[in-house]
Amino acid sequence: MAQFKLPANSVIGKGKTYYAGAGAKNVKRFQIYRWDPDSGENPRMDTYEVDLAACGPMVLDALLKIKNEVDPTLTFRRSCREGVCGSCAMNIDGTNTLACTKAISDVSGEVKIYPLPHMSVVKDLVPDLTHFYAQYASIKPWLQAITPPPERERLQSEEDRAKLDGLYECILCACCSTSCPSYWWNGERYLGPSILLQAYRWIVDSRDEFTGERLDDLEDPFRLYRCHTIMNCTKTCPKSLNPAKAIAEIKKMMVERR
Amino acid sequence: MSIRTPLAHVRGLGTAKDGTHHWWVQRVTSIILVPLVLWFAFSMLRYSRVEHEVFQHWLSNPYRAGAMVALLATAFYHASLGMQVIYEDYVRPEGAKFIALLVTQFVLFLLGAISIVAVLKIALA
Repeated sequence: MAQFKLPANSVIGKGKTYYAGAGAKNVKRFQIYRWDPDSGENPRMDTYEVDLAACGPMVLDALLKIKNEVDPTLTFRRSCREGVCGSCAMNIDGTNTLACTKAISDVSGEVKIYPLPHMSVVKDLVPDLTHFYAQYASIKPWLQAITPPPERERLQSEEDRAKLDGLYECILCACCSTSCPSYWWNGERYLGPSILLQAYRWIVDSRDEFTGERLDDLEDPFRLYRCHTIMNCTKTCPKSLNPAKAIAEIKKMMVERR
Repeated sequence: MSIRTPLAHVRGLGTAKDGTHHWWVQRVTSIILVPLVLWFAFSMLRYSRVEHEVFQHWLSNPYRAGAMVALLATAFYHASLGMQVIYEDYVRPEGAKFIALLVTQFVLFLLGAISIVAVLKIALA
């Protein structure tokens, strides 16, 4: 049955507050989830006051400022700082998004930052994505064909290439999957919106010759059919993609081939 | 504790090669239920205060009795499909899920059978 008792390390305590200096002009408070597996303590919410007059516009800028100038123990992933790598995915102001493309000014009041929901936490804002990446590997995200490669590239019409628009842009940040209640409850077996969107990206690729096998690999009450069109995925996607539509297209193909 | 690779864990026992029929039938039954439930609701509002004989005469029409049986069969079948999804979503462990599913499907089948027999009894009386 559903678990009513919280597992260990679930109750979040109140942490420390780091005040901005007396000369601060435009103070914004950031409440950030902190958990250190080595401390043996429960997680806590630390509060950091940041002077926005001396900080970049994005949430990631504030996190970097805090790490550089206030608290070097604050742990989070980041790389490209322009919404391409997907590393800095986290839960900001109640929504999964990328810290690098989320403007601080979009958040009224205190900025609350948690790691991606319902994932094991490695430390602070770093979730364990091992299972997520293994799920990605399981859909064989590469072109598969029986026809030997031609001398030049495998050709694709402009119309067929257009079918990949809205799919190839996915950066695998896991914002959508970790916003999906179905993925929370059954993430062990349900592939989740992100991986299913990626699967669809190869299913509709006109150059791929393993469409049937790909559909076979998804035809399962758990791998695919845990999607109940809750739509959190589409609502939260920081790249404005539509994983729910991709899943619906897979379901349509499943019926079509019967 | 398992030292299997994450990919082995994800691939698990492979796919059930199943689920599409369940998903499709659930959609089809829900669409069938829309007109049937509307018809049922309007009829019940209209005939809720009439004498038993009047209602019996109304239901003895084969089209109405047929629609009523179709409504009940579809509704209980749809409920069974829906409950299965809910159990698969939330009930743990596997044993509890299996028993809950078995009991629910039996009860729904029984209720469906009883209600259909009841309709036929009134219609054919």
